[in-house]
Amino acid sequence: MTIAFTVNGTAKAVDLPGTTSLLETLRNHLGLMGTRYGCGLEQCGACTVLVDGEPVFACTRETGTVAGRSVTTIEGLGTPDKLHPLQQAFLDEQAGQCGYCLSGIILSAKALLDQNPKPSRAQIVEALDRHLCRCGTHQRIIRAVERAAHMSERGAA
Amino acid sequence: MNAPNLPTSLVDNPRLDRWIHFNPDRTVRVASGKVEIGQGVVTALSQIAADELDVPLDRVHLLSGDTDHGPDEMYTTSSLSIQMSGSSIRLVCAEVRAKALDRAALRLNCSPDDLTVVDGQFLQNGEATGQDYWTVADEIDFSQAPTGAGKPKKADAYKIVGKDVPRFDLPAKITGAAYVHDVLPGDVLHARTLRQPNPGATLAALDEAAIKRAAKGELQIVREANFVAFVSPVESVAQAAAAAAPAHARWDNLRQLTPAHQEAAWLKGQPAEDRQIGAPPRTTPPKNLAQITVSRPYIAHASMGPSCALAELRDGRLTVQSHGQGMHPLRKNLAAALKLPIEAITAKHLHGPGCYGHNGADDAALDAALVAMRIPGRTIRLQWRREEEFGFEPVGPAMLVTLHVDLDDKGRPADWTTEIWSATHVQRPGSGSGYLLATEALPDPPPEVKPTDPTEQRGGGGTRNAVPLYDVPSHRILHHLVQRGPVRTSALRGLGALPNVYAIEMMMDELAARVGEDPVAYRLSILSEPRARRAVERIAAMSDWKARGPAGTGKGLGMAFARYKNMAAYCAVAAAVTVDEVVRVDRVWCVADAGLIVNPDGARNQLEGGIVQALSWTLKEQVRFDDHGIASLDWDGYPILRFSEVPEIEVELIDGAGNPTLGVGECSCGPSAAAVGNAVAHTLGVRIHDMPLTRDRILKALS
Repeated sequence: MTIAFTVNGTAKAVDLPGTTSLLETLRNHLGLMGTRYGCGLEQCGACTVLVDGEPVFACTRETGTVAGRSVTTIEGLGTPDKLHPLQQAFLDEQAGQCGYCLSGIILSAKALLDQNPKPSRAQIVEALDRHLCRCGTHQRIIRAVERAAHMSERGAA
Repeated sequence: MNAPNLPTSLVDNPRLDRWIHFNPDRTVRVASGKVEIGQGVVTALSQIAADELDVPLDRVHLLSGDTDHGPDEMYTTSSLSIQMSGSSIRLVCAEVRAKALDRAALRLNCSPDDLTVVDGQFLQNGEATGQDYWTVADEIDFSQAPTGAGKPKKADAYKIVGKDVPRFDLPAKITGAAYVHDVLPGDVLHARTLRQPNPGATLAALDEAAIKRAAKGELQIVREANFVAFVSPVESVAQAAAAAAPAHARWDNLRQLTPAHQEAAWLKGQPAEDRQIGAPPRTTPPKNLAQITVSRPYIAHASMGPSCALAELRDGRLTVQSHGQGMHPLRKNLAAALKLPIEAITAKHLHGPGCYGHNGADDAALDAALVAMRIPGRTIRLQWRREEEFGFEPVGPAMLVTLHVDLDDKGRPADWTTEIWSATHVQRPGSGSGYLLATEALPDPPPEVKPTDPTEQRGGGGTRNAVPLYDVPSHRILHHLVQRGPVRTSALRGLGALPNVYAIEMMMDELAARVGEDPVAYRLSILSEPRARRAVERIAAMSDWKARGPAGTGKGLGMAFARYKNMAAYCAVAAAVTVDEVVRVDRVWCVADAGLIVNPDGARNQLEGGIVQALSWTLKEQVRFDDHGIASLDWDGYPILRFSEVPEIEVELIDGAGNPTLGVGECSCGPSAAAVGNAVAHTLGVRIHDMPLTRDRILKALS
């Protein structure tokens, strides 16, 4: 079936079974490799993308269910030459080691900041608690989200 | 003529061109056998090279893990990369710099001492000479062996070493494709495996028709003895086949495990190679004996992403791309397993999810290569399944450690015996103690090897950090290297350091309590090493130790200290905890003395990560077995510390300029575990000796 949806602001159409996971559609058919496979079980958060601004697990989300919707992946935020403020904040805090968990975490953080531009530390922790990080960079990640919130606050002022 | 004490890496790779090459675009390729595993080593090694050559960082291209062009430095392990590869790169760059200046001086008819280097250009009296590394490189014989005669700069001359240079690899990792997993050329075929449940298991029946039905797409089944792979142009088809396969496979010769096997206590009494190290056996009975036994179960590397590799066989040449910890060893192991000449294989490192030791990365590379050998001319991308990663990676071995400490009249240790039971900590392929996993499934499986552990000179395995750094007049180790563990075990961050430090530091608190002294004061009373003392004193100050409250209040503070391997970085940690059925770590302080630190923020990042990982092991983690193997196969079955459970962490680096660099990547793990153990004991008034410190164990301790 043809499934039409928006990815990172661009209209896309793929001819795939509707049951194909959104993760496989993004990576293997649209060439967007920034969304990571971690567990396939909605347990680790590595595959998180935004659908209409809400974080979802792309590993189990069927592509057919995003027809007509808007999907945001890490590639939709910024590039190494033109980083999104959140990505810049992660670099400023050097919030990462292996980095495998970060695309998903950054997208969850974006969803949080879009809804709540000045989250408390507890709210950040709550929003990120669905994500695992094995390298132990949690505190840096929390600081990066706080920094991004502060940056956009200053940007808006 | 070789200078004395030439680093092993330079002896093993005696050509300058294995280490350094000046590119026509005015960059310089500096190579290392050590690879980036999220620890920032590529950035740190670049800093060393840039400083030694006097070129800006953006002219240094660090090639890492490349068998065609780079040096063989074995595996990226044991917090040795900066010490080993860094010192080699420093010597090579210093030597090449001197050679280049000699050549330029000849051309300019001056003394090399008249020349300075700025941005790779050679200046005379501050004026440009038109000469630089790139103009004279052709006149240098890079086929020569490094002599070690180069004179590296003194630490106070560094401009880039010692700075918080941001990691080079992070921008790609937070914007898109970055990992071996993300390489999908047009001709790619996706592969998954059906794993042989254990070495010796034989595949009695495989219902290929049923698997093909379940795959629902184009599928090729590659089978060689007890190795099976499912290959498809569509990734989900290969995945579906592999997910369905175990139900359609019948195996003979399965191993039989019981619940007892998953506990460290099982190790005692198993056939073992017994060694005594250190002081001779005691001949007199103890006068005042303190004893404790601590245990740590099997733990997993539990990488965030499953192991993955790419392999392609074209024109008789096999190219493998892998996130393993050593590409030269991988190449040798692949050659042995595939019976190919080593020259026919190229192995290249690409980024992967953090491994923290020997996980499935190398094994996936052989899996991919086996498929590539059967399907030449195509790129094979083989990825493990999540349950495969948990079920078949080698795990960190369970350990049981008993301390028998005989005390003098003042309650200080007079004689100390550390008795250790553990399976091997290293079954790295090619190390003589292990093989790539799939070799066990091939028609001629390799002979069973006798397990070994790293020697004590290399830091030991089960005996790592078993010798207390405190002033102990007489110390011996009884090491029982259990010959056959229930599952494959291998290197996991710190090897035996964590259980050994846990035991020593818990004993320190116990001994202090016996004589009614403060734990920090007691430690300092038997700790002569000045750098060790300073770390303990600093952690007491940072954690406001003197304000520590009474025991048994539900909140507590504990501390611990160790020098990793007794030869790498010094590290002290304090932890504040709250215990209310479960342990909550509220805050952690850490101080480390790692000598000259190349990248302070990178070192902090490693210390922080080591703390969090150690807390996770200590509080939550245990690999569980069922009748035939590992049964904790996903994140629900193997929970790790989450955002809501990670404490605030404060790290301080002791100014170590003037002292040689000491490896820092693993030093915070042991002290972190022990600090939490001691904090929990302070909180409850009862020591819990068995990790993880679960709710059940807390309740049992309180009852």
